Formats: sequence, structure tokens, C-alpha cells
Amino acid sequence: MAIRGTEIKIQGLTHRYSSRTGVTFNRVDLVSPPGEALAIIGRSGCGKSTLLHILAGILKPTEGKVLLNGTAITAPSPRWVMMFQAPHLFPWMTVAQNVGVGLSFGRWSKEETEERVTEAIKLVELQDFAAANVQDLSGGQQQRVALARSLVMEPELLLLDEPFSALDAFTRSSLQKDVRNIAKRKGFNIVFVTHDIDEAVIMGDRAVIMAGSPGNIVHELDIDLPDPHDRHDTAVQALRTRLMATFQEAANYKKPESATLAA
Amino acid sequence: MSYAVTPAGEGGFCRLMKHRAVQSLGWAAGGIAILAILWLIGGYFIANNPTTKTFVKFGLLPTLEAFPELWGAGKIQNALAASGFRLGSGLLIAIAIGVPIGILMGRIKWFRDFTNSPFQFVRMISPLSWMPLAVLVFATWNGSIIFLIAIAAVWPVMFATAAGLAKVDPNWFKVARNLGAKPLHILTKVIMPAITFDVLSGIRLALGVAWIVLVPAEYLGVTSGLGYAIEDARETLSYNHLTAMVVTIGIVGYFLDSILVALIKRYSWHRGG
Repeated sequence: MAIRGTEIKIQGLTHRYSSRTGVTFNRVDLVSPPGEALAIIGRSGCGKSTLLHILAGILKPTEGKVLLNGTAITAPSPRWVMMFQAPHLFPWMTVAQNVGVGLSFGRWSKEETEERVTEAIKLVELQDFAAANVQDLSGGQQQRVALARSLVMEPELLLLDEPFSALDAFTRSSLQKDVRNIAKRKGFNIVFVTHDIDEAVIMGDRAVIMAGSPGNIVHELDIDLPDPHDRHDTAVQALRTRLMATFQEAANYKKPESATLAA
Repeated sequence: MSYAVTPAGEGGFCRLMKHRAVQSLGWAAGGIAILAILWLIGGYFIANNPTTKTFVKFGLLPTLEAFPELWGAGKIQNALAASGFRLGSGLLIAIAIGVPIGILMGRIKWFRDFTNSPFQFVRMISPLSWMPLAVLVFATWNGSIIFLIAIAAVWPVMFATAAGLAKVDPNWFKVARNLGAKPLHILTKVIMPAITFDVLSGIRLALGVAWIVLVPAEYLGVTSGLGYAIEDARETLSYNHLTAMVVTIGIVGYFLDSILVALIKRYSWHRGG
């Protein structure tokens, strides 16, 4: 399974849901180099999930564009795949069938599909459950299936919308490490939205902070640490403190009256 | 290694009797036996009452005696073939119309709002009240009967399909599109598997309605089918033939319903239900 990364260019992106609603975010510009894991953090309502949906081609921007290696994103594609907060698996299917469902939408031979599904299931360590119905799995295992379902498409860009927020702390921690490891091994980009500062430091190479109304990128911080990003490592903890301070500063800058950080 | 301890006297037969399927079969056989006994007692009273003695052939034993006679003459097989063709054709038409319209009703809000009132209005018209119109419109009796079955059976299929689709998680569509699904993929890989259970439940209800409409519809004009066989037996005062045909209708209806129950179980993905 060979996956390559991509350069993401966000140029002058503006979005409003309708003419009656306010602007969600205004003239956002951002560049992410191939293979980068980019965290987008910010308070609720600053437009970070909307930005991610535009990156996935699920929403269309009001102005501006997103380019992936020069190709404009205008619709969903197996090249840029989104993983949602809940796994949303198809309950009538087994683990293997769920993982291979995206391939069944394309022109893949049975042998290729089997090979890629087996490899994706192995990556998320669910080999023993390949034939099980997904309803028989725990929440963490279901989210692993959703991850494998995205990885099997060999995307250049994996988008994650708070994908582990509904999971228990142990499962979340394990999946955060796994996603980063797989992304680094395969070389694809990840862009993830999170409220969790720890998650941003453990999974990301860089964090951008969105704030304000309409939202925009107000700060960014390189997470320049050697792998693995272990939460008990002092360098990781120092960076977490710095990111938190930057986050607070961003919140204070935009809305001084409500600048309490939800850690 | 552990060994199961079998209490003394609890052999293979006892274990078999504890099997769920065997127990269900036992309960069903018990229920049928009670029905047969009541029929037998009813037949006894009819036979011993001078005012009802003429109808003695309605009893259980004369009815059972009529079966080999009717089967040997090929009357049961012919009636089943003719009725089966009409029932099957009517149901197929109902499914072919009901499922796509049900999908549209479940998927497109304006279409649901637009069609709901007229469909509910037409649904409430007794299917048999279309009979005079059907006879005028269709050139053959078969055509009229198939139309009556189709118009009776289409509503349960249509509304069950629409209700099934309304329960489908919209996130499944989002996930499918996100993975590159085209509208046809969404129909075949998401919608149809998600609602098969509901469609089959609708077909089961439709079968019941169609089976009810079939017999009175066959009282008209045609010279074949279960309804015709009953009417013919009544006119020739062959009461044991009449009851044998009624029992045949019950048996075949029960068998067809059981097939659908098995299909519903096979295609149900809901847990704990």
C-alpha cells in the first residue's frame, strides 16, 4: 500500500452558510507541505469543522479555493478522505466489507480489493475480527474500522474531524499514536480538527489556532519534536504548555471578555 | 478438558426436546391439534343434529377424505397454478411500483408531501370496489384480477419502503459520497441493504392483503383458481371439496408467509430485535 503526501494550498477561503447568516470564516490562507500532520484547534463556532468539510469537498466555499498539488477540490474524492467523529459503519456488513466498501465504488478487481483490505485491517490490528459484524465491536474497534476504511483508499490527504472525542482515554491515546505512526510510515498528509491540546501535540507536526467571529487563523506553532510524541516526555509537555498559552493568547486577543481556556 | 455431565435418564431424546426449533414445532403442532379437535367436535354436532345433517361434509373427516380425491383429479394443482400466477404477477407489479415510489417518498421531502394525501386517499378505497372498473378496463379476467391484487398490495410495500428509508442514517450517505460513491452505488450499496428488512416486511403485509383479495376476485368470471374452485364446490353442493380448498388456501398462505418470515430474519441487520 503505497501512499504519497500532497501539498495543500488554501487560498483566500471565505464561507457563509447562507446570505442570512454571518460569515463563518474570512479569507483564510494556509499552506501545508507534503506529509505534514496539521492540527486545527479553536473554540466551538470558529469554523474549523466547516474548513475541514470544505477540504473534503463536502461543502463548497463562498470564495477562495483549496488546491491539492495544484488540483482544486470541488467534490469528495477517494484522494482526500474524511474520517468523522462517529465511525458511521454500515451495520449489515462485516469488518472486511466495511473496510472495502470504498473500493467497491471504484473499478478494483476482487484480488486487489482483498489484498488492500487485508493490509488495511492489519494496519489497524483487527485481523482477528475481519469476518465479524461491526455491531459486535467496541467503540474503539469501530473507530479503527473507520480508519482502515479511509486508509484502504490510499488517500493523499486524510481529514479527521475530532475522530476520537467519543472514545475512552486509553483507546483515544492508542489511536492517536497509531494514526500518526501510519501517516508517517505511508507519507500522507493529515489535517485534523480537535479541541484537545494534548491530541494536537501528540498527533501533529504543526498546530494552527483559529479564533474570532468570523474565524481566521490567528496563530500557529511548529511541533518540532522527534517521534514518537509521548505525552510523558518533558519536551512534549513543554510544547503542550506553550500551545496552551498560545491558544489562550489567541482567545484573549479576539475576545478578551471570555478568555477562559477549556483544557 | 471438561466434560458435560448428563443427568441419568437425560438421553438424546430429552436433549432434542429441549432444542428451540423442536419446541416451536411442538407448540405449533399443539395449536393445530386443538383446532382439528374443535373442528371434529363441531362436525360431530352437525352430524347429530337433524336440522344441520345436510352439511355433514363440512366436518374434518369428510374434508380429509376429499384431499386425495381432489389431488388425484389434479384440481388442487390446477387451482394453485392459476391462483399462484395471478398472485405472483400482482405482487411483482406491486413491488415494481411500490419500492421505487417508496424510495422517492423516503428520500425526497417535497415528493413525500406532494404524494402523501392522494396516496392515503386511494389506499383507503377497498381494493374490491375497483372490480367493476377493472372489468371494464381490462380485456381479460386475468388482467382484472391481477390489477386488483396489485392495487391492494402496492400500499404496504410503498409505505414500508418509505418508512424504512426515513430511518436510514443520513451519515451513511455522507460516508459513501466521501469514499467516492455515485448515486447508483448509494442506491445499491447503501439504500437497498439498509431497507431490505422493511421492504420484505411490507411484502409480507402485501402478501396477506393480496391473498385476501385473490379469492373473492376469483369468484368473478374466471374458470380457474382457488376462488373459482370454492365457488364451484358450493354450487355443486360438494361441501367437503369446498372445505378442502379452504384448508388448502390456509396451508399455502401459511407456507408463503413462513418463507417471508425466513427472508426477513435472513436480511435483518438490527440487533436485539
